[in-house]
Amino acid sequence: MSTMTSTDAQTAATTTQVYRVYIKAEPERVWAAITSPEWTDRYGYGGRIEFDRLEAGSPYRHYTSEAMRAMNAPDVAIDGEVVEVDEPRKLVMTWRMAMDDGLAAEGFTTLTYELEPRPGGLTRLTVVHDLTGAPRLQLLLSGGMEDEGAGGGWAWVLSDLKSLLESGSSLGGGGGPQ
Amino acid sequence: MDVMGKGDDGDRVFKALADPTRRLLLDLLFAQDGRTLTDLLTGVEADVAMTRFGVMKHLRVLEDADLVVTRRSGREKLHFLNPVPIRLVHDRWIDKYTERRVSALAELKNELEAQA
Repeated sequence: MSTMTSTDAQTAATTTQVYRVYIKAEPERVWAAITSPEWTDRYGYGGRIEFDRLEAGSPYRHYTSEAMRAMNAPDVAIDGEVVEVDEPRKLVMTWRMAMDDGLAAEGFTTLTYELEPRPGGLTRLTVVHDLTGAPRLQLLLSGGMEDEGAGGGWAWVLSDLKSLLESGSSLGGGGGPQ
Repeated sequence: MDVMGKGDDGDRVFKALADPTRRLLLDLLFAQDGRTLTDLLTGVEADVAMTRFGVMKHLRVLEDADLVVTRRSGREKLHFLNPVPIRLVHDRWIDKYTERRVSALAELKNELEAQA
């Protein structure tokens, strides 16, 4: 193990998670899958997303799924504000896990979706999640709490999204909250 | 499912993983994500003798398989571990062969415990 220098750049870098997946779908379809409630309810943790308006400065909330509410989860899973919209290329938003007091206390993080069209009708979707100051979210979103039934984090969500858009069905909650 | 969207059904991922130095690089990024080439070189050298060029070559194979994604941060190029391809391989191959057995065992466990 190398000795880490503790420059600011490095500290910032280590708290960012980057995920990338290629999906056989046009960017417009992938964009719809991450911004419209009908789609967000069908993969990953599920639940409907709701933007007041899809523009900078507008609040949004991502509701818990029916399955989560059946286990007494509150109505809102995630909340935040839209920071930047470049449809269908880039979406930046603040992101807070609101459904758990401990995770909510870690405050707002920054989530960026980048969609890039690739030859062959593919979209390269990159998720950059700046999780500075949110160690518990880092663990949760890297899939480190999957064994406790907290789902497989971003890798699982994106694998499921790919499956849904390419085959029309999700993976069936294999790594999801049981 | 076309795992990588590159028409190779995961060949690049398997090939990239079939090398101890590349697995070491992934482990280094797992322990601490978002590293520079210089930093990764130091980490690798603690384990095996390797040139900067050697590490660069291995990183290129990992990038080609999308197991590593690079981002610019100021003047630095940072390397991030992208676990999605491994997840896709898991969902595509591993689940297929293990799920039935695991659920059968889980059912047996439930039955035995219900009887106890």
